[in-house]
Amino acid sequence: MKNYARGGNVPYRWEDPLFKGVTFLFALFILLLTLFIAFSLLVHATPAIKKFGFEFLWGTTWDPVSEQFSALPFLYGTLITAVIALLTAVPIGLFVSIFLSEFSPRWLSDPISYLIDLLAAIPSVIYGIIGLFVLVPLMRGNIEPALSNSIGFLPVFQGPFYGVGILTAGLLLSMMILPFIISISREVMLSVPQTQREAILSLGATQWEMVYKVVMPLSRSGIIGSIFLALARALGETMAVTMVIGNNPDIPLSFFEPGHTMAAVIANEFTEAASELYLSALIEIGLILFLVSFVVNGIARILIPGGVRAA
Amino acid sequence: MKSVLEVKNLSASFGPHPQAASHPVLKGISLSVTAEQITAIIGPSGCGKSTFLRCINRMHEVVHGATVDGDVLLNGKSVYGKGVDPVLIRRRVGMVFQKPTPFPTMSIYHNVAVGLRLNGLKKKAVLDEQVEVSLRKVVLWDEVKDRLSQPGTSLSGGQQQRLCVARALAVNPEVLLLDEPTSALDPMSSGKIEELLRELKKSYTIVIVTHNMQQAARLSDMTGFFLMGELIEFDATSKIFTTPTDARTEDYITGRFG
Repeated sequence: MKNYARGGNVPYRWEDPLFKGVTFLFALFILLLTLFIAFSLLVHATPAIKKFGFEFLWGTTWDPVSEQFSALPFLYGTLITAVIALLTAVPIGLFVSIFLSEFSPRWLSDPISYLIDLLAAIPSVIYGIIGLFVLVPLMRGNIEPALSNSIGFLPVFQGPFYGVGILTAGLLLSMMILPFIISISREVMLSVPQTQREAILSLGATQWEMVYKVVMPLSRSGIIGSIFLALARALGETMAVTMVIGNNPDIPLSFFEPGHTMAAVIANEFTEAASELYLSALIEIGLILFLVSFVVNGIARILIPGGVRAA
Repeated sequence: MKSVLEVKNLSASFGPHPQAASHPVLKGISLSVTAEQITAIIGPSGCGKSTFLRCINRMHEVVHGATVDGDVLLNGKSVYGKGVDPVLIRRRVGMVFQKPTPFPTMSIYHNVAVGLRLNGLKKKAVLDEQVEVSLRKVVLWDEVKDRLSQPGTSLSGGQQQRLCVARALAVNPEVLLLDEPTSALDPMSSGKIEELLRELKKSYTIVIVTHNMQQAARLSDMTGFFLMGELIEFDATSKIFTTPTDARTEDYITGRFG
């Protein structure tokens, strides 16, 4: 009797390597795509790199008329708005995550978590509209005067109240990155084993001590990862920022004054860039932004534990 | 003989499901635990023995919606009385879990010291001394004294469990509760834990939940047999394992079920 289980002809032998090969090619495509983006940016940025060298990174002039280009005002704006966003969003995000993972009953934490995921999905131009029509007047009329009256001895909180400016952009960004911090931090905290919580409670810890001594230390790298992911988002955010930051290629002392960011200047001036050097300078800014985002995202990936990364 | 724990008509459930209320995990348990003895709780899976243990130090209520009825007296004072803070009760009761639960982000030293620090002890000299005393009590000191700053999770499973016993002992609890402390360990490590408990009973009152009847027979002075949330029989271990009064106890210890 013929033994079919070990049958001589195995007709599908050639299919496996083919299938493997095809999937490999498509996977390779992703890698090539990334390299291609980096490479094209580099090629198109070359004229500006050749002309300005490293001066591009620390020069403060951005003058399309005389074709003098340098990136520091945009680097500064991107960095400082991201820092303002993190300083505001991280504490709020952590408190919300702790509440959702440790204290909130399920009937409350489920809808809140759902809303938070929804917030992350709102297109950034909508945030921009809210920023322009709600946040900007609020900043000009209330928040900036209040800050100036209370902590106005700090130079960054001095000067006229524009409404549009660095501080406004930073605060709008903080709203936009909050969902990222919360949803990942919450997931990471929820993944702390219940046995660990019970172990510290059985030693007579209060709930706060449990959070502080067990949940937070065990979630630390994931929380830092979520912050880096939020940072990457803040650095690259374009639309909403450009609507409220004032688009002024300068390094103002006061946070109330208009500034500019790397992403915003590219979006704003790309269509007007008539000369090759102008275009090349914008692309070089894009290259810097690409590299910074790449590194920040990489750090986030390393820090956020595998199971939670999907977000 | 002094009774350390007095359990009075204790019932418990995992609410708020309607079925949970009508099917409590524990039904009217009453028993008393004598000082400096080992009291073993045996019974098949799901009989409520772990819940019983967790009711003693108010850990049962950590589970959302769980309910408790009745009372437990710890050295004469009510555990469930009005205004009693569960946090303070837990500081008077030590607990060791089924799986070793050292805190991964803490060193061996801090794993033992954490309970003392929760109690507000800050003096380094006193902490150092208490950590050493506790680790000596569980016969772990010589194995770890040169690596106290390494994480608690760097130890083997058996060592981790002894570390957890040391952690529970560090605050000098009035009673030590162990929830199947050897079920996740190999026979050698289990033997060491049993040896350790025999030694500890000279100065501590111990309640151990175990599904291992031989372990209960070897270790304990008193044994309680739980079945479907009820305490079927509670008596001297020698009596339970030779001439039990209840037929169900006999069926269980002779291996007819469970």
